[in-house]
Amino acid sequence: MSIFVDENTKVIVQGLTGGQGRFHGVRNRDYGTKVVGGTSPKKAGTDVEGIPVFANVAEAVDATGATASFVVVPPAGATAAILEAAEAGISFIVCITEGIPAHDEARCYNILKRDFPGTRLLGPNCPGIISPGKCNIGITSGDIALPGGPVGIVSRSGTLTYQALHELSQQGVGQTTCVGIGGDPVPGTNFIDCLEAFEADPDTKAVMMIGEIGGSEEERAAEYIAHHMTKPVVSYVAGVTAPPGRKMGHAGAIISGSQGTAQAKMDALSAAGVSVALNPTEAGEKMVAIVKSL
Amino acid sequence: MDLFEYQGKQYFARYGIPVSPGGEAETVDQAMTVAEGLEFPLVVKAQVRVGGRGKAGGIQLADTLDEVRTHATNILGMDIKGHTVHRLWIERSSDIAKEYYVSFTLDRPNKVYIGMLSKEGGVEIETVAEENPDAIIKLSINPLDGLSLETAAKWVADADLDEEAREQAAALIVKLYTCYVEGDCDLAEINPLILTTDGVVRALDAKVTLDVNATYRHPEWEVWSATDTEDEREAMAKEKGLNYIGLDGSVGIIANGAGLAMSTLDVVQQAGGTAANFLDIGGGANADLMTAAMEVVNADPAVRSIFVNIFGGITRVDEVAKGIIEALRRVDITSPIVLRLDGTNAVEGRALLEPHLNAQLISEPTMLAAARRAVDLAAAPKEG
Repeated sequence: MSIFVDENTKVIVQGLTGGQGRFHGVRNRDYGTKVVGGTSPKKAGTDVEGIPVFANVAEAVDATGATASFVVVPPAGATAAILEAAEAGISFIVCITEGIPAHDEARCYNILKRDFPGTRLLGPNCPGIISPGKCNIGITSGDIALPGGPVGIVSRSGTLTYQALHELSQQGVGQTTCVGIGGDPVPGTNFIDCLEAFEADPDTKAVMMIGEIGGSEEERAAEYIAHHMTKPVVSYVAGVTAPPGRKMGHAGAIISGSQGTAQAKMDALSAAGVSVALNPTEAGEKMVAIVKSL
Repeated sequence: MDLFEYQGKQYFARYGIPVSPGGEAETVDQAMTVAEGLEFPLVVKAQVRVGGRGKAGGIQLADTLDEVRTHATNILGMDIKGHTVHRLWIERSSDIAKEYYVSFTLDRPNKVYIGMLSKEGGVEIETVAEENPDAIIKLSINPLDGLSLETAAKWVADADLDEEAREQAAALIVKLYTCYVEGDCDLAEINPLILTTDGVVRALDAKVTLDVNATYRHPEWEVWSATDTEDEREAMAKEKGLNYIGLDGSVGIIANGAGLAMSTLDVVQQAGGTAANFLDIGGGANADLMTAAMEVVNADPAVRSIFVNIFGGITRVDEVAKGIIEALRRVDITSPIVLRLDGTNAVEGRALLEPHLNAQLISEPTMLAAARRAVDLAAAPKEG
């Protein structure tokens, strides 16, 4: 099995006619994902390499029965696009847009929470989700993932997500689902949401969690793992050498005062029984050893 | 983007938050001109983005123009905790009766806003939090609800601000909240928020961090972006559109993706070396971007080796390889380069680079091996 998406998930792409939307939307479709439509107010009635374009999400949902949406819209319009999807009844929204103002994210998150409790947002500013061989929504290259499980991956970073997939696939260890939650300050889906889903998924036997400096999500995840996870977890936290007060690329990756250091996160994870690696390669090796002993 | 105090106060003033009249100066002459237009006594304040200016002698009172000249001369160029003073803010001195603290920021775990208010201002809020946590009254604000004047009035009473300050403080706090939200701040902090001896409440300091993601809707920020970067290397990188942070080590880093770049710094340290910088070239790593990255890293005299760590996702490694070859043609790279290229089209990329490999351009199969090689090269005695 997989979490959040599977081989039957029908996806529409908001922003399908833009450069990025077209590239990734078609790429996801070619991977085998059921990309059933796209939206573009000005290009309704046309198609993008056979994918029909609708004027808005509501019409796309009516015509296709889609339940998931892939938001590839520039920052100024991204949160409006997310809310449009939620209003049209979409229950799983992936937003890869980078550079959305934090206040827009905070408002959007709280509107979803208040008015659309059944809708899950993944991102913004995330690589998306891939369930190898079944469904790929986002920008992850499908050929670095290996179907069949038994590992679930959840990560705050994009390229480190690819690195994690690569380390496991190279060793012949497959993945059930790989979720990139993104590095922004207000992520729609957090580590705990994914850990909970992986714990409940019978096909996922172990979880790899990739964190980074900033915030306290890793510490909260550690507490959740200590009390609720029976499956083994391997973790790597990037940014041990990051200086305080400087944003390391992601808007959320910043050490303020003594808060958010990689060391504190690693300590919390270790204390929760997580196997903590010092670099992505070591994380891969630790996970391979765990999978072999299952 | 972290604002200087004077910039923060200018921003506050746009939202109607009372601040003392004053002006900025980069030279002693400018300081004199500013002082001539203000009413004495004045205070001359060093503009650096670090706490503890007062203790370091960066804040001085002036009763006369001569004293302004003396203080401006002394403070300009002063080093405060590694920050050189390039600018002064000169303002009317305030007779302080009480010092409070107020701030708004994002409560990341709960995904709402958090306001902090204390009647014990003027000291580091972290110190208050440690020594007397009850003196900080926190207010959780849902972005969809906002902050009303009534709630602010109750909040200042809960925080036990002096009676005579409460009405003005509540009104000011609502304006600060508006500045925080509509002004797209990551942090809006006043420490101290003062009550003067003649009963006026105003912001004596300003600590503002702007959310650069919102730059597109704030043309008024443009004037501040020029003073944002003081590190020469960072200024050069910024001009080229690169996400660069200068560090103190000898291994130059070029990676794609923030997480991988951070991780690259970590493995360099694990291999016994130190990184000279953080540099994320992001998604579309083409020849121009790679050339720009090489130029910036190469321009740092402390760099002894360069570690290029690329994991192709959307970025195709063959494109990166072309970029490296092009960069080598355009820039005279003085340090040896160690490459680790993986992911989409890595085989094609490595093949393209194969004929160019030599003692100055080395390819390693894994991130760890490449880190070790780069660290060894950085430690080796420099030739010529």
